[in-house]
Amino acid sequence: MSTTEVTLALAVFLASAVEMVEALTIVLATGAIRGWRSAIEGSVAGVVLLAVLVGLAGVPLVRYVPIATLRVVIGGLLLVLGLSWLRKAILRASGHRAPHDEDQIYADTIARLRDEGGTGSPGVSGRDALGFVVSFKAVLLEGMEVVLIVLSLGASAHRLGLAAASAAVAVILVGFVGVLVARQLSAIPENILKMAVGIMLTSFGVFWVGEGTGLHWPGSDLAVPVLIAGFVGVTAIAVAGMRALLRVAPSQVTAALGEREGVGR
Amino acid sequence: MRGHAQRAVVAFGRFWWDFLIGDTPELFLGVLFVVGAALVLRHDRAVGLVAMVVLTVVFLLGSTYRGRSTSAPPASVEGRAR
Repeated sequence: MSTTEVTLALAVFLASAVEMVEALTIVLATGAIRGWRSAIEGSVAGVVLLAVLVGLAGVPLVRYVPIATLRVVIGGLLLVLGLSWLRKAILRASGHRAPHDEDQIYADTIARLRDEGGTGSPGVSGRDALGFVVSFKAVLLEGMEVVLIVLSLGASAHRLGLAAASAAVAVILVGFVGVLVARQLSAIPENILKMAVGIMLTSFGVFWVGEGTGLHWPGSDLAVPVLIAGFVGVTAIAVAGMRALLRVAPSQVTAALGEREGVGR
Repeated sequence: MRGHAQRAVVAFGRFWWDFLIGDTPELFLGVLFVVGAALVLRHDRAVGLVAMVVLTVVFLLGSTYRGRSTSAPPASVEGRAR
């Protein structure tokens, strides 16, 4: 495997793991309140639909779109997604934004499901429509970004199979660990994972935009780890700088954090 | 049937709007700028590559700083997060 392929597989794996943790929190809450059968069936239906989307969109992308155009467009998409994740991770790591709280999301989902229909009363078939829909939507919505990442990275490197396999391994692994640790998903250092994925997606985005526009990188694939190292440095400086800003005006930011998002992603 | 299709199109459009623009339009514009700069400078490889990286870093830091400076508004301003 080349450097690009290893980095690609790692980026897809981490991105899928992060999104899977977020989806799993809702699925676990749904299972606990509305019954496990519907929660699991909803999740499986969501995963199957996402896999179909990868197949339907990915194959034509790889076969029929000119590679240079594909790389510019996909590089741009990766940059939008990567910069967005990185920005958010920096704001959280520096204390400007509340961390993603899986425990809070779990509690909120439990409360919402109780409000919407008692403690769960599966019908004769043992199925619960609300449980199915909530799990299905959680997996589908969180998984859409994974589909985009799989398609983007997979298509631009012409390694759609590798990207899809990495995502599948992450889904299975996080699902397995999630079932073992049950509600302890909050112990997973999600912001660090999100920061790592943001750095990787941004690096791939810059790399593919360069390759697609004809600005070929010196060292070809080896430029990717160099870009990653560079963005790690920029991120560290940005976190330190934003922390320093927080020290300058702590009361302002504390007030702002108290006023907004308890749970935002 | 028509209403269903309409809702699906609206939901599809909303998804892409949230995904590409959402609460950080400056990042979307920044990426357009980076891609544009790469296309314009594609005949000068060294300048083009350096410009791409520098612009990306500038837009990241600028947007992150904007996230700090606009911390005060209530949660609804953030919209749906990516």
